[in-house]
Amino acid sequence: MQINVNLNGTEQSHDVEPRLLLVHYIRDVAGETGTHWGCDTSNCGACVVWLDDVPVKSCTVLAVMADKHRVTTIEGLAVGGVLDPVQQGFMECHGLQCGFCTPGMMMTARWLLDHNPNPSELEIREALSGQLCRCTGYHNIVKSVQWAAAHPATVGAST
Amino acid sequence: MQTPRSFEYERATSVDHAIALLERLGPEARLVAGGHSLLPMMKLRLAAPEHLIDINPLVADLSYVRVEGNEVRIGAMTRHAELLASPIIAEHFAILTDAEKVIADPIVRNRGTIGGSICQADPSEDLSAAFAALKASVLIRSGTGERLISARDLHVGPYETAVGPAEMLTEVRIAIRAGSGSAYEKVERRVGDWAVAASGAWVQMSGDTVADAGIGLTALGVAHFCSPEAEAVLIGHAPTAEVIAAAGAAAASITNPPTDQRGPSDYKRHLADILTQRAITRAVARALGRN
Repeated sequence: MQINVNLNGTEQSHDVEPRLLLVHYIRDVAGETGTHWGCDTSNCGACVVWLDDVPVKSCTVLAVMADKHRVTTIEGLAVGGVLDPVQQGFMECHGLQCGFCTPGMMMTARWLLDHNPNPSELEIREALSGQLCRCTGYHNIVKSVQWAAAHPATVGAST
Repeated sequence: MQTPRSFEYERATSVDHAIALLERLGPEARLVAGGHSLLPMMKLRLAAPEHLIDINPLVADLSYVRVEGNEVRIGAMTRHAELLASPIIAEHFAILTDAEKVIADPIVRNRGTIGGSICQADPSEDLSAAFAALKASVLIRSGTGERLISARDLHVGPYETAVGPAEMLTEVRIAIRAGSGSAYEKVERRVGDWAVAASGAWVQMSGDTVADAGIGLTALGVAHFCSPEAEAVLIGHAPTAEVIAAAGAAAASITNPPTDQRGPSDYKRHLADILTQRAITRAVARALGRN
């Protein structure tokens, strides 16, 4: 089936099987490998991307469901070579160790800050509660999001 | 890598179109909304529909929470996150807000729909118990018309509903009743997991007496997700500690939970008792607070 997807602002057109999952479409067909494929069971959240500006687990969405829709991945976060504050925050606060969960964590964090610019620690933890860090680096992930909330100067994907 | 078996994909442009597709494609066709119940089943090859009819384009028609007359109507395509955020739901049916906070996780709630959840009819599904407690109704459309049935009659058995092969559940309706309150209590091992056990309570107070009540149970092997036995203990009585304890015991007595990785049967039966008592206590407090 022919699908047309706006991936990070670029129109993409591909012929895909209906059973192809969005995460595999993004990585293997469109070639954007920043989105990670983790548990396959909508538990871990490594594959979180935005579908029409809403975070979803892309292992549990069909690629054909994204036809004529917008998909934003971690590659869409930095604008003009300038890191999004969330990305900067993960650098400043050592928010990643192995980095596997990082793209999904950042996509959810950016969405949270777009809707709640000054979240409490509890709100950050709640927002990220569907995502796993197997390094167990949650504390620094939360600090990274707090850093981004305190430094909103550069705005990336939200614009 | 989990990949569903091959299927033909169709996209519905209206409810009538979806039903016409179901009629044409036969019983091996399935509707998919958010897909967060069905797609995992398909990835595990526990479900293998020959045709998948995507109803996400109907979200403009079927995503709503609104008051009509003395009832609240919820469109089947309402996403869990929308139900959780709804001020109408928070005002009238706190049990649903309680439940939505512990259904899956925030990202899954962005995509999963309430119609999809209850039509999947997983025996551990939360809204099924909450709607059973609220004595809600569901609207089912077909090519020849529509019918309204009790949410308690929706569930025929595990993964089986009263929705026919060429029918579509389009709406949930819940009566707004003065002096009522509700609450949901769930024990889960971790965020996003299915319930070890959960209980929901709805009560309508008349002065100090329970005039009407609904008790919903999930993950406990209870038919139709409800306990009329516990309701009978409450109705017509003041909700004293003794009465609430008796209702909890009545609810637990009808459970038949399986021993599995979420715990032994005895433990779950104990939870049924305690969680039912807690849910009733909170529901009564909310009902009286509103009075």
